[in-house]
Amino acid sequence: MTATSFAVRSGGSRQLAGTGTLLRFALRRDRVMIPVWVAVNALMVLSMPNTLKGLYGTAAERAGLMRQMETNSSLRAMVGPVFDDSLGALTAWRVGVYAAALAAVMSLLIVVRHTRDEEESGRQELVASGMVGRRASLTAALLTAAVANGVLALLVVAGLAGQGAAGALALGLGIAGVGMVFATMAAIVAQLTESARLARGLAAAVLGAAFVLRAAGDSATVDGSSVLTWVSPLGWLENLRAFAGERWWVLLLIAGAAAVQGAAAYELAGRRDIGMSFLPTRPGPAAGRLASAGALAWRLQRGSVLGWSIGFFLAGVVYGGMTEGAADLVGDNEQARAIIERMGGQAGLTDAFVSAMVGMLGLIAALYVVASVLRLSGEETSGRAEPVLAAAVGRLRWAAGHLVIAFGGAALIMLLAGVGFAVGYGEDVGAILGACLVQLPAVWVIGGAAVLLHGVLPRAAVAAWGVAGAVLLLGWVGPALDVPQAVLDVSPFGHLPKLPGGGMSWAPVLVLTLVAVVLVSAGLAGLRRRDVTT
Amino acid sequence: MTKAISVSGLHKSFGRTHALDGLDLDVESGEVHGFLGPNGAGKSTTIRVLLGLLRADSGASQVLGRDPWSDAVEVHRRIAYVPGDVTLWRNLSGGEVIDLYGRLRGGLDTRRRAELIERFELDPTKKGRTYSKGNRQKVALVAAFASDVDLLILDEPTSGLDPLMEEVFQRCVAEERERGRTVLLSSHILSEVEELCDRVSIIRKGRTVESGTLADLRHLTRTSVTAELAGPPNGLARLPGVHDLDVQGRRVRLQVDTDKLDAVLRSLSEAGVRSLTSTPPTLEELFLRHYQNEGAEEVASL
Repeated sequence: MTATSFAVRSGGSRQLAGTGTLLRFALRRDRVMIPVWVAVNALMVLSMPNTLKGLYGTAAERAGLMRQMETNSSLRAMVGPVFDDSLGALTAWRVGVYAAALAAVMSLLIVVRHTRDEEESGRQELVASGMVGRRASLTAALLTAAVANGVLALLVVAGLAGQGAAGALALGLGIAGVGMVFATMAAIVAQLTESARLARGLAAAVLGAAFVLRAAGDSATVDGSSVLTWVSPLGWLENLRAFAGERWWVLLLIAGAAAVQGAAAYELAGRRDIGMSFLPTRPGPAAGRLASAGALAWRLQRGSVLGWSIGFFLAGVVYGGMTEGAADLVGDNEQARAIIERMGGQAGLTDAFVSAMVGMLGLIAALYVVASVLRLSGEETSGRAEPVLAAAVGRLRWAAGHLVIAFGGAALIMLLAGVGFAVGYGEDVGAILGACLVQLPAVWVIGGAAVLLHGVLPRAAVAAWGVAGAVLLLGWVGPALDVPQAVLDVSPFGHLPKLPGGGMSWAPVLVLTLVAVVLVSAGLAGLRRRDVTT
Repeated sequence: MTKAISVSGLHKSFGRTHALDGLDLDVESGEVHGFLGPNGAGKSTTIRVLLGLLRADSGASQVLGRDPWSDAVEVHRRIAYVPGDVTLWRNLSGGEVIDLYGRLRGGLDTRRRAELIERFELDPTKKGRTYSKGNRQKVALVAAFASDVDLLILDEPTSGLDPLMEEVFQRCVAEERERGRTVLLSSHILSEVEELCDRVSIIRKGRTVESGTLADLRHLTRTSVTAELAGPPNGLARLPGVHDLDVQGRRVRLQVDTDKLDAVLRSLSEAGVRSLTSTPPTLEELFLRHYQNEGAEEVASL
């Protein structure tokens, strides 16, 4: 009804017919996902002033912090430079880039979900056969992302207004703006690939590159003026300088980038057929060599294992390179150590830095293990597992193929991160490799939780993402938020020995490994007993 | 003859839905068995129980002499399965999938694989995402017919095939029978079932309502008779088993229960027959009678 009248009235712009209907439909489909993303992000930002007040209550403490950030390039690489000592400015410094990165992830997921995912599944064909304009779907996807980012901006502006209205406005618009830059970037990527999975992977890789560029730029300069920082959209947020003499024109840069990318996405979308892409599918071999469920699992997952391996190796190299800076610092400064320790690291500046970085990679490896385990769920619900299980393949053997890749792959990427550290830093190779590997029991526990969910509650298997996300948040901002220890203890990562630097203790490592084994066994027992779902 | 599949009193519920409600099914070795029923009758659920993908709540089932749940892998070595809705891996070619399925079963006859690919006019180099529905089914069918197995379980395997390919499919099934293999064919295409199947089972609401050879089942239904007589018909209405009698002068149309046909013919020939057409019941009529009974029962129970 609305679509019809809209199409008739707007004569010339029939390309957009049905956008309103599609937008409402998209918001309805995302009625859980968007509020959760926005709420978690807003909570992280809005709780920060209080936390910082506790950590840097006095003017002297803040001045000390600022001095530290000026002299320590490694710290700047992690969290960026501090531009002012007000509570608002410290909040923007501590969480601004991370909030923008979260908004970027949310935005790219939304856009790919409502564009390439729809085309790949064939649903788009049915939708497009209705009274729907050629540009309506892409527009509705971008508007959905805009609504999500807009609500997030509103919450940030309203919540931080007490620290200064102008700064709150700049930070809110900046975070949402970076979100939209990645929304439009994902819209371009979605035109290039036929696979939604690949589109998400590429868009996430761009985000990772943006993070690394900003980090490298910030470690090189004191005030974010490096070219590398300016190349990264995350660097733009930093250079907006919310609460520290806002540079409003940076918002124009952000808006301009989003507009140019959006125009490019529309241009590309207009030049291709539905379901097609600019990276075409090549024919494959007429005969195959795959001869087992394990070989099939490897064939399906090898691309993502390769991508994660490269990513972790490069991250290791980059962080290893920064470690040099931390070591070069004259003297083992009390204040700097305090900061790093608050970030979850250990005493002794180099060790503390390495420990914090490795811990962060461990948390990210939890995402890998969940994604890998949930391939089982994807194979099952898509119906592709059924003919395999109807052949002479037992359920355990079918699952084992994917689980070896999930759990072994986690070990592989952590090892490669350690090798990267060795390449970038060149000292303490053994200790750093050990620190990387000691993360594994905690990673495996998260993987075990995913196996258990898939085996026992197959329809709730995606809740494993919630487990990984919660653990990530606890590890990321938990210590800074003064969360009670009892809550922090829920995360398996909290129990790991802090290496290098801290003493190695085998008890938690063995207990966590045992927990992982129990979870996996229980999940597999459930899988053997239950019906195969479709 | 040994039974390839024997199922009795099978029950399976999903929450409050009783998908199978005491289903029986017997498939002899070496026969092509038609498995019929309206949408939602429980055909796919039965097949998924036979494949050990679902666990029955109660009832006995044996496939190739073994328990399909506890001996799943052993049983599957000798089974090829084609689902009605074939989904393929988007980045694997059709040829790779055919070989994978073959190796995951008892092995693949490469000569027959090549021959089938040609007969079904399938391009095995295309990737999963680029196949149409019909071509995806061809991938699964080639893999099934080329596999070295004893039992083929085909769940509405031809719903996406064009009439030419449908014919190729029917020839393939006939060849399977000649080679002594057993086929369980779930289908809505009645001409296909009539052409191919030695015996059929009709299920409704999770229960078997009819099972036997087509000849057996035809016996249970009515034959249509149209005749032109020399004189007026006499006493037809009093004969048992006669329905829908329509007499217009010397022209007679009626339906008769097939096992009462004899008496009707005798009565007609007493009056002198000028012309006579008698149509045996089609499977379609048989089918409709069972499907429509559902509505009739509901009306009766009101």
